[in-house]
Amino acid sequence: MKKLSARRRHPLAAVVVLLLALACTGGLYAAFAPAGKAQADETSQSLTIEEGKKLYSVGCASCHGTGGQGSSDGPSLVGVGAAAVDFQVGTGRMPAATSQGPQVVKKKNIYTQAQIDQLAAYIASLGAGPEVPTSEQYGPDGADIAKGGELFRTNCAQCHNFVGSGGALTKGKFAPSLEGVDPKHIYEAMQTGPQNMPSFPDTTLTEKNKKDIIAYLNAVNSSNTENPGGLDLGGIGPVSEGLFAWIFGLGALIAVAVWVAARTAKAKKS
Amino acid sequence: MSTTENTESRERGTAPAGERVADWADGRLGIYSLAKSNMRKIFPDHWSFMLGEVCLYSFIIIILTGVYLTLFFHPSMNEVVYHGSYVPLQGQMMSEAFNSTLHISFDVRGGLLIRQIHHWAALIFLAGMFVHMMRVFFTGAFRKPREINWLFGFLLFVLGMFTGFTGYSLPDDLLSGTGVRFTEGAILSMPIVGTYISFFLFGGQFPGHDFVARFYSIHILLLPGIMLGLVVGHLILVFYHKHTQFAGPGKSEKNVVGMPLLPVYMAKAGGFFFLVFGVIAAIAATTQINPIWAMGPYRPDQVSTGAQPDWYMGFAEGLIRYMPGWEINFWGHTLVLGVFIPLVLFGLVLSAIAVYPFIESWVTGDKSEHHILDRPRNAPTRTGFGVAWVTVYMVGLIGGGNDLIATHFHLSINDVTWFVRIFFFAGPVIAFIVTKRICLGLQRRDREKVLHGRETGIIKRLPHGEFIEVHEPLSQEQLHTLTAHHQYEPAQVGPAVDENGVERKIKGSEKLRAKLSNAYYGEDNQIPKPTVEEYKEITSGHGHH
Repeated sequence: MKKLSARRRHPLAAVVVLLLALACTGGLYAAFAPAGKAQADETSQSLTIEEGKKLYSVGCASCHGTGGQGSSDGPSLVGVGAAAVDFQVGTGRMPAATSQGPQVVKKKNIYTQAQIDQLAAYIASLGAGPEVPTSEQYGPDGADIAKGGELFRTNCAQCHNFVGSGGALTKGKFAPSLEGVDPKHIYEAMQTGPQNMPSFPDTTLTEKNKKDIIAYLNAVNSSNTENPGGLDLGGIGPVSEGLFAWIFGLGALIAVAVWVAARTAKAKKS
Repeated sequence: MSTTENTESRERGTAPAGERVADWADGRLGIYSLAKSNMRKIFPDHWSFMLGEVCLYSFIIIILTGVYLTLFFHPSMNEVVYHGSYVPLQGQMMSEAFNSTLHISFDVRGGLLIRQIHHWAALIFLAGMFVHMMRVFFTGAFRKPREINWLFGFLLFVLGMFTGFTGYSLPDDLLSGTGVRFTEGAILSMPIVGTYISFFLFGGQFPGHDFVARFYSIHILLLPGIMLGLVVGHLILVFYHKHTQFAGPGKSEKNVVGMPLLPVYMAKAGGFFFLVFGVIAAIAATTQINPIWAMGPYRPDQVSTGAQPDWYMGFAEGLIRYMPGWEINFWGHTLVLGVFIPLVLFGLVLSAIAVYPFIESWVTGDKSEHHILDRPRNAPTRTGFGVAWVTVYMVGLIGGGNDLIATHFHLSINDVTWFVRIFFFAGPVIAFIVTKRICLGLQRRDREKVLHGRETGIIKRLPHGEFIEVHEPLSQEQLHTLTAHHQYEPAQVGPAVDENGVERKIKGSEKLRAKLSNAYYGEDNQIPKPTVEEYKEITSGHGHH
């Protein structure tokens, strides 16, 4: 004890106390925080599903039915899988109660990722469906961008335009722009086919194909895009180019013509 | 030695070198008399008279940049594997045409800039021709003696459309390939001959291996060659007829008031060329056009949404888009009315504006020359027709972009299409009526101004309490300008009996002409301009009534 009190004025004493305090708090956090997660893991899926069911009854049941069986206001969710939930809720499309218009559009997501996972787990428990993809599945590693481009032009460009700028469908519906969409959500959309989109299960577009398409979109329609030549005018082709040529091209030239015509040589007055 | 000789000869009074060169050239080319008669050619000043120059200069820019592009473009459809510098297409199969266009865009020094100048200049060339043509139309500059020049101009516009179409089809990208497929469909819709023409043009089944090479010859040789000839003819006629001018003091049908070609207009026109080049180059340097790398190589099994042609073909695209997909089947043959009717309409709408000058001169029966331009309001029926025509054209453009209008304004594409279908018929009628009313209103206002002067906005109260607005009389120059236009009398159907008193057969065309003439110039279709007597009666009176 004396030894300890003798060294309490040691220059490093404060450092030691600080380290001890940090170790203590860290240890306590390590003891408690992961404990919560471990608990959830252990008491397993059932609690997550339980939580998901609660969220479901508050946010979704009014349209999709109390047991996900569907109603006149919303389709059955049995067998749609976790991927569909992650896409629809993650992009803010669901819940759709506040949406108006011919199709449900992307909006601000009101759930945390943990809540979405709980909802997904609940829906997945109703019937087997596609799983939420992992980051290896949609990540850029090992993808063939050019092949992805070919696949995109063959399967997707009819509605989403050459580089995914979006396009019109019938009666006010539309294929949205794919710029800035989370790769995970693109993968899930291909897998599950939300709203008017056809689904492309792994038997149609393999896992590798989907990865290639996502890598292609990242290369041509994102902040990483190499797109020389100046302003792209929305990337929607000759209509915006024509409008630009008329308004800014011919407009500027007419302004110049007015200017030139107004400055004429004056006859000398003598 | 030679130095001394030169000095001596100059002392003896030999002309300076420049004059000797001119003399030498004149002896062989006879340019002196040509230059003498044309260098002082007068051109009137008005900004709208420079629209034709915009077209001429952008045409020159297109030729210059086009020559550069031919140095690197390979008009071949042989398939190659891409190994250039654009990563997202690495290892893709494509035609040599597409490959070389990528090469121009990414690997040739200045290639992308020149490509973009070429393409932007083409869009502006066509837009310039359209506006120039409308200027000529609405001011009546197409009247005798300029009818042939009007047709030359019209031909230039139509040929420009097809030169543009064959040009943007050359890179063999997915967008233009879709356009070529569209054209093939239009050709196939022609009864009986369609299949033969298509096989002839594409050298067999679409797409075949020939069309890029064939379009290349058409694009760089055939059509521009004809256009160059027409441009020269167009300019020669402008010189020969002399330029038209707006009415005004000192301006008559027998003179041209303005500045001489040399030096004033040479300087102006030369400077204006560089301004046009500058504007187009600035746009091309900052704004992307036709990014073929983003569209990918053409494959007949692929298609993208938002596939539209360049704007000058947008009207044709629109006609097809809003035409219902009708077809008739008989004896194993199909008549695709959904495509064939738009194809016919395309030709009809374009020729309507081309033949208008001849219809108008038939209705007026006027054989005299016109060098003084009409103000659009003083020819209400013509102006109404012109606006109606522009309306049909614009409705076609809206129809051609129906999907983009739908997505960008959050509308239903079906509603846009129905709007366009209704307005294809209703639009021109409404436009004609409204324009004619506006023109007549403006004529009444001119008449009012001539007779009563300009409203000054100053209100005076008279001693007995009456309020009047002070009207300021117009100057003599303004009075002349507002009343200089000629007003036609409506044509009458001739007498029912000939000079021998025998009953004459009145032809249907004569009746039609009288009817049309009445619609042009009859009562309520033009406001009689004030006569000298009316003017005198009002101005000699005491103040206003």
